[in-house]
Amino acid sequence: MSTTYLEAIRQGMWEEMERDPNVFLLGEDIGVYGGAFKVTAGFFEHFGEKRVVDTPISEAAIVGAAIGAGLMGLRPVAEMQFADFISCGFDQIVNFAAKCRYRWGAAVPLVVRAPSGGGIHGGPFHSQNPEMWFVRTPGLKVVAPATAYDAKGLIKAAIRDNDPVIFFEHKGLYRRIKEDLPAGDYTVPIGVAKVAREGRDLSIITYGAMVWTALEAAGRLAEEGVSVEVVDLRTLVPLDRETVCASVKKTSKALLLHEDTRTGGMAGELAATLTEAVFEYLDGPIVRVTAPDTPVPYSPPLEEAFLPNVERVVEKARWLRRY
Amino acid sequence: MSTTPAIGMDRQPRAALAERCLYYMSMMREIEDRIERKLYRQGKIVGGVYVGRGQEAISVGTALVARPDDVMLPAHRDLAVFLIRGVSAGRIFAQYMGREGGVTRGRDGNMHMGDLKHGIVAIISALAATVPVAAGVALALRYTGIDGVAFSYFGDGATSRGDWHEGVNFAAVHKLGVVFICNNNQYAYSTPLSAQMACANVADRGPAYNIPAEIVDGNDVLAVYEATERARAYARSGQGPYLLECKTFRMTGHSAHDAAHYVPQGLFDEWGKMDPITRLETRMLAEGWAGQDALDRARAAVHREVDGAVAWAEQSPFPDPATLEEDVYESH
Repeated sequence: MSTTYLEAIRQGMWEEMERDPNVFLLGEDIGVYGGAFKVTAGFFEHFGEKRVVDTPISEAAIVGAAIGAGLMGLRPVAEMQFADFISCGFDQIVNFAAKCRYRWGAAVPLVVRAPSGGGIHGGPFHSQNPEMWFVRTPGLKVVAPATAYDAKGLIKAAIRDNDPVIFFEHKGLYRRIKEDLPAGDYTVPIGVAKVAREGRDLSIITYGAMVWTALEAAGRLAEEGVSVEVVDLRTLVPLDRETVCASVKKTSKALLLHEDTRTGGMAGELAATLTEAVFEYLDGPIVRVTAPDTPVPYSPPLEEAFLPNVERVVEKARWLRRY
Repeated sequence: MSTTPAIGMDRQPRAALAERCLYYMSMMREIEDRIERKLYRQGKIVGGVYVGRGQEAISVGTALVARPDDVMLPAHRDLAVFLIRGVSAGRIFAQYMGREGGVTRGRDGNMHMGDLKHGIVAIISALAATVPVAAGVALALRYTGIDGVAFSYFGDGATSRGDWHEGVNFAAVHKLGVVFICNNNQYAYSTPLSAQMACANVADRGPAYNIPAEIVDGNDVLAVYEATERARAYARSGQGPYLLECKTFRMTGHSAHDAAHYVPQGLFDEWGKMDPITRLETRMLAEGWAGQDALDRARAAVHREVDGAVAWAEQSPFPDPATLEEDVYESH
């Protein structure tokens, strides 16, 4: 039976809670109501109020309490109702959780789940991709799965990790994609990228929902005789530079793609990494396809213009191919 | 001041308690005097210095009530918490000097230190950030069935921050065992209490969260001790958190570089007469708990102990720059 991306995250958390009594959930409306997106539907009934903690509207307290519990050896999974609200708990994440191990040797096993991304007409406060705030904070791990398989494997790995992990789950993927998952326990290692499609002529390096955009673009380009490799980062920190560089060494051309806005986005870091590591292999400029530097707009024509799409990727890839 | 002994205490244990209080208050005073007035001026303290001079009764009177399974979340004027939980004075000096032997091994400075082996969580500079963390600690204690409570420390200024309100509310809603301890020293850096909050007391904030709140003379260590016993008993009972406001005065600037010209001299004079160490010594003499010679010997012993701790810290090496990138993440 095919499993959706949302169901994969559910299964991952469920299995970890069955496996380890120290794993517990906290967040707004996650208990009786089952979560704004119903990711935790049924958890309260099965695991009880001790392990599925409904909280006040209080992101700093949710993250702060999760840190306190993590310091004491529990494994909290904190839900931000929308990734956009993570800014309310920002200080707790970047100044408290991220620095404990370095400053005083204290482990903070903590997962913050952040439903992110646009395409659902959520407007400026229900559509953002705030991953870079955390990517540039040493001490945090940042993951952003694209597939149901990876979503399950990575949420399980994140829960077992002894460092704070920010888990960006793209809410546009929740019910849009599904696949058959293996029976039984598996994890996907944090910090390992995946070649989602092999190719020879150019590499598209991306993550999250844009992996699907890249794959569709690669399919169209294949009809034109262009062989595109798609690298799915899966984890943004620690970044799997080896897989990224190996792909570009092979294809000599790099198109960097993300749904996040342009300035200070992941593409900039990837471009610098590639320039430092594989400059002599490049046969063209490193190019970016990203959202523009604007808030995420609400109205459909505006949001469609904002989000990177297959046409834009195909067009940029053709240009790069000809270069 | 109460004339009846605390429940379960006859005169003799009370004398012994006073002796312990005096020791830890004197240690805190002497350690911070060395740091602020000697080592800092000698250039041996490489960063900021924040002391709790005049406020020693609060960290001492509260932390002596804590049991081994309680978890402490001290703020930056609560040095005695560390001493009472068994962190050596030498490690504290080394911490201020940025040495390998410091509690954070040179990774952080001054009172930014913690050690879970001693049940202490380190603060960060953003005030009140540890308040929701304390709620989480208490949640974990209940979750795992440990008979302990969290001691959450902060100053008056910290209660203006959202983290404070979110943390107290969270603890109140979930009836978590937290003793919230405010050292109300009446100044947040240069900002007086009247410009910090519109209510007269930090304890006035308690009713908004439906938690008990008590005001205690923060310069009377035995009164702080007794109030903390009440607070801890309540927090441990499962009824929820307890807010203890200890009224005191910051007898220094905000930090070693701040001469505090904005504080009227009259306030220093007035509060100087209520110095918690002098008050306790006077009481010990009056009650016959100690003689002057015993107090003199105790003071000399504290000086010697602190001399030894400074010497230990000064021989501790600076951290090796080669370790710069270690411990950002768990090493595999």
